[in-house]
Amino acid sequence: MGIFDADRSQYPTPGPDGSLDIDLTSGKYLKLWQGPNHPGITGNMSLELIVCGDEVVKGTTHVGYLHRGFEKLMERRTFIQCFPIVCRICVPEPDFNEYCYAAAVEELAGIQAPERANWIRTLILEMGRINSYLMYLGGQAGAFGLGVIAQWTTYVRDLMLDRFEELSGARIYHMFILPGGVRDGLPDGFEQRMEETLREIEETLQQVYDVMFCNAVFKKRAVGLGYVDPAWIEPYGITGPVARAAGVANDVRKDQPYLVYPELDFEPVIGHDSDLYTRADVRRRDLLLSVDLIRQILAGMPSDGPLMAEIPSVLHWRIPRGETYIRGECSRGEYGYYLVTDGSGYPRRVNVRGPSYTHAVALFERLVVNVNISDVAALLVSLHTYPPEIER
Amino acid sequence: MHPLYERLKHLFPLDEVTEQRPDLLFVTLPREHLRSLLLHLRDIEGFSHLVLLTAVDWIEEGQFQLTYLLHNRPKAQDIGVRIKLARDSATMESIHTLWPTAATYQRELREMFGIDFPGSPGVEEDFILEGWIDLPPYRRDFDTKKFSDENYNHRPGRETHDPAEYMKQQLYPNGL
Repeated sequence: MGIFDADRSQYPTPGPDGSLDIDLTSGKYLKLWQGPNHPGITGNMSLELIVCGDEVVKGTTHVGYLHRGFEKLMERRTFIQCFPIVCRICVPEPDFNEYCYAAAVEELAGIQAPERANWIRTLILEMGRINSYLMYLGGQAGAFGLGVIAQWTTYVRDLMLDRFEELSGARIYHMFILPGGVRDGLPDGFEQRMEETLREIEETLQQVYDVMFCNAVFKKRAVGLGYVDPAWIEPYGITGPVARAAGVANDVRKDQPYLVYPELDFEPVIGHDSDLYTRADVRRRDLLLSVDLIRQILAGMPSDGPLMAEIPSVLHWRIPRGETYIRGECSRGEYGYYLVTDGSGYPRRVNVRGPSYTHAVALFERLVVNVNISDVAALLVSLHTYPPEIER
Repeated sequence: MHPLYERLKHLFPLDEVTEQRPDLLFVTLPREHLRSLLLHLRDIEGFSHLVLLTAVDWIEEGQFQLTYLLHNRPKAQDIGVRIKLARDSATMESIHTLWPTAATYQRELREMFGIDFPGSPGVEEDFILEGWIDLPPYRRDFDTKKFSDENYNHRPGRETHDPAEYMKQQLYPNGL
């Protein structure tokens, strides 16, 4: 672990506009690329780091390695053809795309999804959140060399993928939340199998807590690393667990409740130290909250009722001119869809707002300064970024 | 009318107003008043969270629409501020001094729509598309099919159908 040296005399002097005058030919600084192929990077992005000794002087995020032009693709497709595309924007937690897109289309088309569909949608979103958090915990521990944690969390995530498979027929891209409702109800015996999976997740989380959160090495490296000042939350558009770890209880599920969240009993999980350790702990406790929410959802879900609202023929579906924004609380923060329609059978514009857009670029570039090279990977993982959200 | 609109209409020349939901209002404003409206919304009305900044290409009307979406957390209220720009001279004032994170949105808009934000940090650097020399790709007049035909090899066995016509043929092979 690098020890912070308050002596800034080794650092380049900032120019009048605040930019650093770094002379790479001086031999004092070295430019390092972390990514796009690097074990310490989250997905397909890269970091351009300028280091002085072991300490980062400047960091720049580069994206674009996974740009597939989703927003443009959707402008040339009918509303129903966009449905199988949207989930591919985010691999570990695709369901938020389906929900936000479906809810935006429903709002502009004047469709009301049935109540039972809303319960199932909430269940799917919470299941996806668990998957995403389990992946994060494995990655966060792995960034500090605790490889075995990732094996445990991958195992229980696989059990949750089994539940997804029996519900939707797919493990990764579920394509279950259609505009108008959901594709199907719960299979027979689903509640019992889900309860077994939840118990297994709880047991594993207790082991993760013992081995990771009580581990002296993890604590020594994670406590105090990557401090996010609560005053940065609004200027940098910080949402989700990163904001909650800084003591700001912002959770869309509570602030602007959607689907059946008003009927569930929960309080947003918050922390106060705003460092890497607190962020990991907030996510671990949020995962346990999701386990509790799934139990509440399964207990309160109506056993019968329609699953799909009446929707127009998908071949001739035109939506009047309008625009709306739908948001939800995904595992990384605020996820939203801004949809603009023009009266034709195609969306005029779809804009996806992922939390990584602000976290991985502006916030990360600020946080990485003065960090030791060996901590950069862990710092990036602690912001829980998924590059496809940035470049869509 | 929405209470927020009632308060704003005396201070700013708002054009078109849409109350999409009780918690989501869209207003249109002449471009020269944008900064003062955003400052008022941020510092007086409590809309301190910049949710997104994006553009919509209304090519038929020769205009770009910029949408600044702001959120007031304690009141759980959103407002979308729409600014109309002429497509042929798309330049807009930067708001990175109000929200540092706006610089990323502006950099992307310059690359994808060709809307310039002079003075925004790093706005001239490539964001996603490295070495792009064609028309900004998210403009409506950028033809993705033509670009694809010109730049990529054709893979045999792939056909493109008009979805409505194709489905009609599949569902009703003998005619309606």
